This record gives sequence, C-alpha cells and structure tokens, in this order.
Amino acid sequence: MMFVPGNKPGMMADAHIYGPDCIMLDLEDSVTLAEKDAARLLVYNALRSIDYGDTEMVVRINPLNTPYGRKDVEAVVKAGVDVIRMPKTETAEEVVELEAEILKVEKEIGREGETRIMAAIESALGVVNAYAIATASKRMMGIALGAEDYSANLKTNRTPGGAELLLAREQIVVAARAAGIACFDTVYSNLDDMDSFRKEVELVKTLGFDGKSIINPRQIEIVNEVFTPTEKEITKARAVVAAIREAQAMGSGVISLNGKMVDRPVVLRAEHTIALAIAAGVIDKEEEL
Amino acid sequence: MKEAVAGTLESGDIFVRIGPGEGLQIDLQSSVAAQFGRQIKEVIGETLKELGISDAHVSAVDKGALDCTIRARVTAAAVRSSGKDVWKD
Repeated sequence: MMFVPGNKPGMMADAHIYGPDCIMLDLEDSVTLAEKDAARLLVYNALRSIDYGDTEMVVRINPLNTPYGRKDVEAVVKAGVDVIRMPKTETAEEVVELEAEILKVEKEIGREGETRIMAAIESALGVVNAYAIATASKRMMGIALGAEDYSANLKTNRTPGGAELLLAREQIVVAARAAGIACFDTVYSNLDDMDSFRKEVELVKTLGFDGKSIINPRQIEIVNEVFTPTEKEITKARAVVAAIREAQAMGSGVISLNGKMVDRPVVLRAEHTIALAIAAGVIDKEEEL
Repeated sequence: MKEAVAGTLESGDIFVRIGPGEGLQIDLQSSVAAQFGRQIKEVIGETLKELGISDAHVSAVDKGALDCTIRARVTAAAVRSSGKDVWKD
C-alpha cells in the first residue's frame, strides 16, 4: 500500500505505474489545513478520471470530528473509491459513525454497500480495542498500524528494531485474524536505509501481516521480494496440496509426505503460499485448479 | 467574486488565479501551449460553465497538468473566489 499525498497531482498521476497493489491517496496528515479543500477536489477528480487499472484505491480521510471529515466522505464515495481509510480509530462506535456517513452518500448516488473501510490504529486505546474495531462493520476489509502517532501516545520513540511496536503489531494481527480481515503494517520513513527496511518487512511478515505500507516506489521491490513465496516454497506447497487431494480422494484426512505427517495446519499454510504466489503473479491461477 | 488562487508551479500541476471580469477571459502560460493550449483553455472554460460562472478573468500557469487536475484546480480557485460549497450547491 503506497501512500501518496492528496495535494501532489504529479505523483497521483504516476503512482500506479510503479505497480503497487494498492494506492492510498492522503487527505489527512500530508495536507495542510489551508489546502484541505483543494486536495479533496484533486482526489475526487483523479479517482473519476485516471485509469488506475487493477490497483486498489484507498483514500485516507480526515477524522469525522474535524470540519473536513464528512466532506471527504461525500467526495470520495461519489468518486467511487474502493476503500476509505479512517485515521486514528479508537473505538467501534467511530467505525459505526463512519459507516452511517458512507451509507448516506451511497444512497444518494445508488451505490449502496460498495465502499469498504480500513481502520488505522494509532493509539493505545485503539490497540486495546483492536478486535472490536475489526468487527464493527461488515464493510471492514482491514486494520493498519500507524506507528508515529502510536509511539507518541505511548510516550516513547521509534527505534530501529521496533521493540516499542511489538505488542501493537501482534495485537493487530491477532485481531485481524480473529475477525477474518486483512492487516497492514506501518510505514518505514528512512529511504536511505534499505537494509533496515528489509529487516522490518521480514519481521512483519513473520508476525503475520498481509502487507506493508510504503511511502516511495523504491520500497515496492523489497516488499514484493519478501512477501512473494520462493520457488522452493511453492514447490513444497504444491506437493502438500497434491498429496492431500490424493489422500482425500482415497477417504483419508492425514497423509505422510517425505516421512513427515501432513495435517490440516500444514495444508492451510500450503494453500496460503499458493494464494500468495498467485496474487504476486509468479504462478498462474488456472494451473493450480 | 473576489480574487483567489489554487494550485502550484510543481510538475504535473497548474496554478490558477481567478478574479472578476466581463465575459470569460483566459490567459494561459504553458510549455505545451502549442500542442495543448486550446484544450487546456477548453477544460478551464467548461469547468467554469458547469459552476455557473460566465464572467471571470482567469490567469493560469500550466506545468503539464492532466485534465482532471485542471478541473480540480479551477474548481478550487472558483469555490474560494465565490464561497460556494461545491459539494452541496
């Protein structure tokens, strides 16, 4: 998910060319108060006119308790955005309030139920309420960590190893999995330290995140490398899936592959590996069926 | 209608200044004026027409903006100039 400021039309026009899975046009922190109106118009017109292809389009709106939030919702729903990212989410009630606002605009334009919600969790209270937030609406497609505000709220600082974020990251992954939705890690801001960026991406993949937020196209390749299954992993996953299909055809749920027992968790992991490889475009969906 | 501006001089953007005028007068500076000048002026004119503005003096400095950016910047300048709420009116 690549962050693009909503007041930079040159960047908004080119962002999809670099191939991110998802683009988040920002109306919140990257836009000054004096430019909120103009950025909203830029984002509205860009969403309606630019062909972003298969790229999932997200807009981060301003909080509903500011003078900008409701106008942002109206503009981006009318423009047909895929997902609204709600910043600084702390309670399930805030999600319900956003959902009502979205529905009001959708009814006006006859597009009910199409707009999904992603909640950014950026405070201690948000982390405590992560599961309630994740399950607050059927529209919820994912939750994401916003680490800068979260660290400030904890009264600590960002560190290279990210020790201060460990609980929040784990809580967000667990809440997302329990709710059956996606989870996305925070941004890494130092573009001059790609080695540390790679380590952070590897860490969040190990923790269970579905993806990483990025601020520059230079970060896309590393995220894709880390999250895309290797050839060895794909080969192993295919062997597991083939073996379990064969076993099921013979009426058995447990099999042995290369001397190791293969049971349901192993099969689930193998299926996830294949799904990731299909999503990354390294194998063809038709071949796996 | 008071004088108002929107946009920047960054690449891919357009800077628009709008103020009172009689009829529609559009002054355009653009590095691609020879190829796209007429089209840019058309987009500016259409956007103002949709907003119900037929009397204005517009000065624009284009830096290779897409049509959607031109529409957004002209609308922002016009809304700032007239105080009209584009989302509700």
